[in-house]
Amino acid sequence: MSEIDITLTLNGEEVRARAEPRMLASDFLRDRLRCTGTHVGCEHGVCGACTIRLDGVTARACLLFAAQLDGARVDTVEGLGTVRNLHPIQEAFRRHHALQCGFCTPGFLMTVAEILETHPLRTDEEIRDALSGNLCRCTGYEHIVRAVRDLVDARDGVTA
Amino acid sequence: MTDALALAPVETVRPKYIGKPVQRLEDPRLLAGAGRYTADIQLDRMLHLAFVRADQAHAEIRAIDTNAAAAMPGVVAVLTAADFADVADLVATSRMQTYNATHCPLLARDRVRYVGEAVAIVVAADRYRAEDAAAAIAVDYAPLAAAIDPAAALAPGAPQLHPEVPGNLVLEREFRTGDAAAAIAEAAHVVEGTFRLARKSPLAIETRAYVADYDRGRDAITLFSSTQIPGVVRDALASLLHLPGNRLRVVAPDVGGGFGGKGSLYVEEVIVAALARRLERPVKYVGDRLEDLTSTSQGFDEVVEARLGLDAEGRFVALEAEVIGDIGAYSIYPWTAALEPVQVVSFLPGPYRIAAYRGRVRAATTPKPPTGPYRGVGRPMAVFALERLVDMAAVRLGLPPDEIRRRNLVRPEDFPFRIGSGIRWDRSGFLECLDAASVAADLTEFRRRQAEARAAGRWLGIGFASYAELTGIGSRIAVAPGMPINTGSETATIRIDATGAVTATFAMASHGQSLETTLAQIVAEELGVRPQDVAVVQGDTDAAAHGTGTYASRSAVIGGGAAIRATRTLLGKVKAAAALLFDVDPAEVETGDGVIFVPGTNHRIDFADLARAVYSDMAALPHDARATLEAQESFDPRLGTTTSATHLAEVEIDAETLAIRLTRFFVAEDCGRMINPLVVDGQVHGGVVQGIGVALLEELQFDETGQILSASLADYLIPTAAEVPSLGVAHLETELPANPGGFRGMGEGGTIGAPAAIANAVSDAVAHLGVGVATLPITPSKLARLLADNEKE
Ligand code: FES
Ligand code: FES
Repeated sequence: MSEIDITLTLNGEEVRARAEPRMLASDFLRDRLRCTGTHVGCEHGVCGACTIRLDGVTARACLLFAAQLDGARVDTVEGLGTVRNLHPIQEAFRRHHALQCGFCTPGFLMTVAEILETHPLRTDEEIRDALSGNLCRCTGYEHIVRAVRDLVDARDGVTA
Repeated sequence: MTDALALAPVETVRPKYIGKPVQRLEDPRLLAGAGRYTADIQLDRMLHLAFVRADQAHAEIRAIDTNAAAAMPGVVAVLTAADFADVADLVATSRMQTYNATHCPLLARDRVRYVGEAVAIVVAADRYRAEDAAAAIAVDYAPLAAAIDPAAALAPGAPQLHPEVPGNLVLEREFRTGDAAAAIAEAAHVVEGTFRLARKSPLAIETRAYVADYDRGRDAITLFSSTQIPGVVRDALASLLHLPGNRLRVVAPDVGGGFGGKGSLYVEEVIVAALARRLERPVKYVGDRLEDLTSTSQGFDEVVEARLGLDAEGRFVALEAEVIGDIGAYSIYPWTAALEPVQVVSFLPGPYRIAAYRGRVRAATTPKPPTGPYRGVGRPMAVFALERLVDMAAVRLGLPPDEIRRRNLVRPEDFPFRIGSGIRWDRSGFLECLDAASVAADLTEFRRRQAEARAAGRWLGIGFASYAELTGIGSRIAVAPGMPINTGSETATIRIDATGAVTATFAMASHGQSLETTLAQIVAEELGVRPQDVAVVQGDTDAAAHGTGTYASRSAVIGGGAAIRATRTLLGKVKAAAALLFDVDPAEVETGDGVIFVPGTNHRIDFADLARAVYSDMAALPHDARATLEAQESFDPRLGTTTSATHLAEVEIDAETLAIRLTRFFVAEDCGRMINPLVVDGQVHGGVVQGIGVALLEELQFDETGQILSASLADYLIPTAAEVPSLGVAHLETELPANPGGFRGMGEGGTIGAPAAIANAVSDAVAHLGVGVATLPITPSKLARLLADNEKE
């Protein structure tokens, strides 16, 4: 199968690579663009480990073809913060021990980045619902919910 | 070199790190997407594997046509069993007398024995091409008769799965103390039931993945593996591939969860390693979710028929059980198929005083994926069966659920206490945990709410589950009965290098347990540095002579114990060297937060100064005092430590839809001294939520031909944040176990208690309808069937 050129804005930087049109976006990001922070846990759209933001909206990279990224603005976990300068969402996850093995974490971070912008998240129940598209097998979600609660409070200017 | 320091003498109170919610040291890289999981590894000239897997449960392989596949673009090789004739089958041996090992070939030879078994391999330039070619391989099968149900498999005349396993009986074992049958015949009350825990998947979110690199110059293999047991894998590869351990390195890089599913040796990792050497190129295999659900070891799958006899006051007098375990197609390496089902009968008497016990287990081989270790091993089933009987007895005698447990739990004065299977419980807060749960339960208030809700068409239920487990098991007890490998010891090597930096090396393999942090806390506190100054090296067989890995709630107890010992030895060297520099007695030297000092003086240096004096500065110390700042010590607890807990669940069932909602979950547990309370909470939460999955959602279903029906995450459901209530955890610390540090293991407990507590809560909610839960998971449709069957009767 012949490869096509794909150009996109990845975490604010214009990048370009070639891929077969059938290649999954998750594989394209990981293997071609070497951004392995986006993980793959099921390849059928259930686990959420591959969650990225496509033109600002969360999407499952395993349900997209690489070709669909052409011309798009794509944000992955690598665009949030760095090891020496974590993003506030990453800080909150660390403070609350909201990750264990860390495999699901990039997907959760991308989801949280979006829901903080779009959802009121007034109750823990609303937080749990908003997170229910991402599977975590390690944490039991409790600490993730607490981390998000903290972030929502900070967003809303609520002092705990 | 110290008298020039102008600093005022500072009295540093050595900060305590053990017991503090220290933020994890592994987090920044994992949060930034900079972790390195096996699937992230890319090597030059790397080849990719795709497997052809059996689509029939039990069949003879008549022919495999690989011609079309071999001719496809990008295909480097197509291999079948004949290509691995030089590699021995995986055989898990045991000293257990009534055990028959199975022979598991790398690729199915003449027969396939479960849907998902590896049959052929394509090696290609990329995974897409490998999969294209795999789809072009045609396997001609002749179906064979099969007994899918374990009881049918053990029946006379059942079709044989393995010539070396007569009657499909892989093992049989019985424990006996006193005359249980006679005691039950005379008991004032007897409750009995047949309990079943469905087969489940460990389901780590990271699927299994392996990358092997080959060093042509040294004829050496490095296998990167998403494994919990790099040491076991290395040792097995050495004998299978006939290579010495110094040319075989197994590295578990960041591993995305295991839960037991990555705790055994897999044919894929042998194949990947063997092919890298054969092809002289790096080889990569990443399993997909379907492969994970069909070829990663599965959990549970037992039926327990049990009866409990009580006296008139509700004291347990005897327990009897017959257990059948369905171990699947092969006895898994290295643990053997005995691991899970034998643990069921070993732990069945639980944390209670029961004078007479008889428990027999038989394990059948059936054409399903092999079972193996899964979080809790045996105990979730044992606790589910026994705790259901306890609640049934409470109802029979009209006792509250906490009261019947209080009357029967092992009391503080009874420790050490030997249960009917021979397991010894040491002092642990059995009653204290129950009391904490019972205060949290507030039964009087709950019964009032329950009556009120029932009147409004909502059924509320409450359930307790008390249990004890052995953790951090030493070499006197085999993790699995008769297993020929030593899992009871750990070695720690702690080193201060020429820059003064501290590295602590272990043979364990963290896959979410936070060992890089908790072990650093221990070393930091003992040595007098900060946790962030300690780099923990683990998950790499080149770093240690021997070691097995991380499983069975062992790492904090055994690894932590080794860390304490080794650090204390190293601290002695630090003090001796510093004492020479300060010209004082070593006993006067103290350390804390990276500083080495003598209180009340201005003798004060940091670890870099000391390292310079020892390693680099030829004038600071006499020659014979320049000993390397390194210490290595091992720890073997010989026996294990006893961890205990009581779990409390509340459910609400919609009387119309029968939807079961878990509304509350509370855990009171005694895990000894906590190294890091945040980490302990995280382990409890994660364990409980897997237990919620066991109780309400997770079931691998097979049809009567052995086809798996739940082969995607849309069919095999695990809990999401929305199904889980907020979790409450109370930590009790009774008398500490007599090991260095006073730690107890606690990685599995959540999964052990939660299924039973939820089963009891659901049973309590529907008690007025005359039914109770005997099979997990319990789902709305299963509940509907229970109610309908009950009405018919
Ligand atoms: S990998 Fe995309 S949702 Fe699971
Ligand atoms: S932290 Fe391991 S899956 Fe979420």
